Amino acid sequence: MADTAQPPLSLQDMILRLHAFWGDQGCLILQPYDMRMGAGTFHPATTLRALGPEPWNAAFVQPCRRPTDGRYGENPNRLQHYYQYQVILKPSPENLQELYLQSLAVIGIDPLVHDIRFVEDDWESPTLGAWGLGWEVWCDGMEVTQFTYFQQMGGFDCRPVAGELTYGLERLAMYIQGVDNVYDLAFNNHGVSYGDVFLENEKQMSKWNFEVADTDSLFEGFRRAEEECRRSLDANVPIAAYEQAIEASHLFNLLQARGVISVQERASYMGRVRDLARGSCEAYMAKFKDEWAAKYPEWAA
Amino acid sequence: MNAADFLLELRCEEIPARMQAGARADLEKLFRKELDAAGLKPGAITVWSTPRRLALIARDLPLATQAVSEEAKGPRTSAPAQALEGFLRKTGLTKDQLTERDGVWFAITEKPGRATEDVLAAAIPAIIRAFPWPKSQRWGAASIATDALRWVRPLSGIVAILGEDLVECEVGGIRSGYATMGHRFHHSGEITIGGAHDYADKLRACHVIVDHVEREGLVRSQASAAAQAAGLVLVEDEGLVIENAGLTEWPVPLLGRFDEAFLDVPPEVIQLTARVNQKYFICRDANGKLANAFVCTANIAATDGGAAIVDGNRKVLAARLSDARFFWEQDKKKPLAAQAEKLGRITFHEKLGTVADKVARVAKLAEWLASEGIVPNCDPALARQAAELCKADLVTEMVGEFPELQGLMGGYYARAEGLPDAVADAIRDHYKPVGQGDDVPTAPVTVAVALADKLDTLRSFFAIDEKPTGSKDPFALRRAALGIIRLITENDLRMSAGEGDLLAFFADRLKVQQKEAGVRHDLIDAVFALGGEDDLVRLLARVHALQAFVGTEDGTNLLAGYKRAANILKKEEYTPAEAAYAPEPAEAALIAALDAAEPQAEGAVAAEDFTAAMAALASLRAPIDAFFDQVTVNDADANKRASRLGILSRFRAAVHKVADFSRIEG
Repeated sequence: MADTAQPPLSLQDMILRLHAFWGDQGCLILQPYDMRMGAGTFHPATTLRALGPEPWNAAFVQPCRRPTDGRYGENPNRLQHYYQYQVILKPSPENLQELYLQSLAVIGIDPLVHDIRFVEDDWESPTLGAWGLGWEVWCDGMEVTQFTYFQQMGGFDCRPVAGELTYGLERLAMYIQGVDNVYDLAFNNHGVSYGDVFLENEKQMSKWNFEVADTDSLFEGFRRAEEECRRSLDANVPIAAYEQAIEASHLFNLLQARGVISVQERASYMGRVRDLARGSCEAYMAKFKDEWAAKYPEWAA
Repeated sequence: MNAADFLLELRCEEIPARMQAGARADLEKLFRKELDAAGLKPGAITVWSTPRRLALIARDLPLATQAVSEEAKGPRTSAPAQALEGFLRKTGLTKDQLTERDGVWFAITEKPGRATEDVLAAAIPAIIRAFPWPKSQRWGAASIATDALRWVRPLSGIVAILGEDLVECEVGGIRSGYATMGHRFHHSGEITIGGAHDYADKLRACHVIVDHVEREGLVRSQASAAAQAAGLVLVEDEGLVIENAGLTEWPVPLLGRFDEAFLDVPPEVIQLTARVNQKYFICRDANGKLANAFVCTANIAATDGGAAIVDGNRKVLAARLSDARFFWEQDKKKPLAAQAEKLGRITFHEKLGTVADKVARVAKLAEWLASEGIVPNCDPALARQAAELCKADLVTEMVGEFPELQGLMGGYYARAEGLPDAVADAIRDHYKPVGQGDDVPTAPVTVAVALADKLDTLRSFFAIDEKPTGSKDPFALRRAALGIIRLITENDLRMSAGEGDLLAFFADRLKVQQKEAGVRHDLIDAVFALGGEDDLVRLLARVHALQAFVGTEDGTNLLAGYKRAANILKKEEYTPAEAAYAPEPAEAALIAALDAAEPQAEGAVAAEDFTAAMAALASLRAPIDAFFDQVTVNDADANKRASRLGILSRFRAAVHKVADFSRIEG
């Protein structure tokens, strides 16, 4: 479905083009965070850096794990491990929508052939104590990006507001390559498919997520992460505390996949993760508050 | 020229479709309020919206407000000097600026008219700051401040032109100008607007149809035409028309096809998937069956005629429908009885146990309603079975995805596993009636389950004292009560609806519901006031007969006689006495009439022949009128007085056998 005569972009070339584009816009090109997480928003470069007044512009790929979305490699669209391309711009620039549309053009989407739409979708992450307004961006009816103006993070007003773009890389690539099954995606242009890289991974990890993972260890892990988070908060190392919140969140997702958390317990576990994440954000704010206030008088007001 | 047309455009990033109608109304309201405060009267006001702009045109706006002369009355000229000094201080004038009239000082201030341009320049920022969006946000560098401007999405431009002159204003760093933007993809760069006169045309030239009504018309007619061209009929959906018009500035409906194999999935699922997730219209074939076609609405006139758009949308729909088919097939693998076991993991209410607990109560009650013959011709075993399975679809994948399909999917799954039709229908329809206009079930098993489910909800929440108060009804108990009333009365079910608070709650709901049918609430009160009536069918029959009766001349007069008797009895005290005297003729006639009417009314009420009961009362009308005409109740003879009061009391009691007439108004 590319709109040029050249072969459509491979997944990796698409990422490289996005890196080049956002790098040119002044974004830091970061690497994925080395922890298991459910969404790019959990990356400290988004969550923690959205706090406070300092400008911050970054782009990175973040592998995401959603254990309950695993389908043993049998579903053409659903994966328990996939990639998000995340851009965070603070403060949100005036021309953020235009920049985003330019980024679609660089990966080969012509807006006079494809129907690009901004459809209301308010974003909320109870676990992060965060919410924002924005859209899901549709390309010919398919959601390809979540576009959000963060209003709160960790329970704090975002001052200034950060703009966050989350591209679903596999979906976009499937679209650009005209492929109906994610495993048929060209990972590169040298004959390696997404399936070659990830199909076996999906099979094994789906089985582990749903059937194998030892629930006692998961429960124990959750408890330990919770404890470690509190110890870190006591020691005033909020970044370390936040890592434990990420860990607890993922362990909770695994416990969900294992079907051992009842409906009633679910809310209580989510509340516990939220407390860890919020506590970390709070400690992070507290640690830099004076420094920020000195540098940004309007922020202190 | 002393009047001109005014154009205001507020441009921003995409406004949610569902908020646009409210925003148009709010913009007009706030604008009128500002004009009103300034004393400006506009001609016609038009408000338009697209996803990216709100526009308002006010015709014939006077270019200046009226000059006004304000007069303040001061002291009399003869008043002491201090009074005048005080008045001068207050008005800030000197004595020679005052005017004297009839011996009184007046301060007259001439307020010159203000230029409308100035009024608008102040009004626009005020409107923007006061705008009541359901949800609004901050954005950009300015949002570092706590008092940053809020708008539904970032506000990017203001066009404000009075006649052909710019109304200069600024809000949140955005300055008004002549420039706006055309279609996001069909036009690049700014467009310069001359004024209200060329606004819509200039935008149209840049692929923006600013009038939402026109876009809605386009979506409606072109979607329908696209279906027709394919030999199909569009399933009309006004909600989708408005939503698609709210998502586009240049709507282009396009028809696509999906794989016919998906038609195995229940049509409601396909429709919902297409509608809710993708905002597509669906089509039927000539036989009225769901067709494998959809109509999406693009926001561009694509260079390839829309081929890529249709293809892309087809794929998205196919993926959605594969998910739906996957759910449908997965769910069918597990019998409803096995699904129902999972209900024990869902809390219904913390004080009322799980959904499984509720289901057990409903099953017992449904079976009882059948075995007692309250729901006639209903097999108790089927009622129990249907009730036990009625909530099982809540834990299916499909209902997890589309909660609005609850009940309906249960019905499909029940049929797929070969359960009796009566059971499948009952599972499907047991939430009915949902709203005022919804059908009331009549199939016996369905009636039993629908009634048991709602009765259980109502009784359970009343038992834990969770009753609706004022506007708060978190468990939708009013709706449940209304459903019960309609199930009982429209199916003629003879049963006790409840007692105490619950019965009073039913009485209230019944009054609200029957008002629509023209039944007087005071008559319902008059019957309820007798006490002991918890059978809504009998109650309504009596109310209907009563309403017919009080509308007749006999009824009106009897009511008057009743009120007179009741008033006398209220005032007078007496010791009941035997009539140890020869009664006067009218007195004797009333006694004879009561002797005849009492057993008649009583017998008719017992036989539930309320028309006959009313006729028995009617027979008292002439005798009571004659009695009041000819007989002195307050006779000097204490025995006569007591005896006559006794007759009136008997009369009142006879009337009360039918209804408490003291509750009847008029």
